[in-house]
Amino acid sequence: MKPTLEMYLILSAVLFTIGVTGVLTRRNALIIFMSVELMLNAANLTLVAYSRFLPDISGQIFVFFVMAVAAAEVAVGLAIIVAIFRQKESVDIDKVNLMKW
Amino acid sequence: MELTLFALVALAAVASALMVVIGKNPVYSVLFLVTTFFCLAILYVMLGAPFVAALQVIVYAGAIMVLFLFVVMLLNLRHPQKWDAGGSTRRWIGFATAAGVLLVSLAAVKGAFDPNAPLQPEMGNAESIGMALFTRFLLPFEIGSILLLAAIIGVVTLLKRDNSKVATKGGEA
Repeated sequence: MKPTLEMYLILSAVLFTIGVTGVLTRRNALIIFMSVELMLNAANLTLVAYSRFLPDISGQIFVFFVMAVAAAEVAVGLAIIVAIFRQKESVDIDKVNLMKW
Repeated sequence: MELTLFALVALAAVASALMVVIGKNPVYSVLFLVTTFFCLAILYVMLGAPFVAALQVIVYAGAIMVLFLFVVMLLNLRHPQKWDAGGSTRRWIGFATAAGVLLVSLAAVKGAFDPNAPLQPEMGNAESIGMALFTRFLLPFEIGSILLLAAIIGVVTLLKRDNSKVATKGGEA
């Protein structure tokens, strides 16, 4: 027996939820970033699963673009974290309130 | 047989994803995230998308996670705290929201598709992806390259130190 579409979607939902938990409960900016990556990958799994079962190649193309955007996002985000660390000597997001007035 | 493999890989993926979120040390979190990405690559192969699986390993587990590891080592955080949540109120709000997200997405899974959808033949090889990418999706592909260029320029601008002062100091010395 082969795994069904539903199993892939449930796995994807669980991974996404773990990512959401990480973003909402952690304070270390690096771990929050990794949780965002986890959520992106959960979405990718959904896209590939649907691409197989529908069947339509567009889902896999979309995953390709998600990866490109994720690469850009990681580069810029880590640069921002490094820039903040240079100023504050910390990656704790509670200490980063320079956009707050 | 394939179901057993799926169960094992899914379990490994969820376990290592949990370790990413609850880990003390960011270095371990990065390594567990790499494990999760490898598990997802196995699932992509099972879904008949070998090209995406290769991209997952090369781009995600390779390039992006090396960047993460590099920054974690570069910052060298001295005080890794255990579950560094700020205040129990915010933590419980976080858990409650996450539980809500899980419920909503599981409900969406239940109602969104035909559970008896037949498995389709594989089609995710490099040739078919390349054909689609360079015909139907040519414009998004080019926009993606511009996005990456913008990201490169943005990172360099963000992290460039003011070199003029350094240069004059060096000149005086």
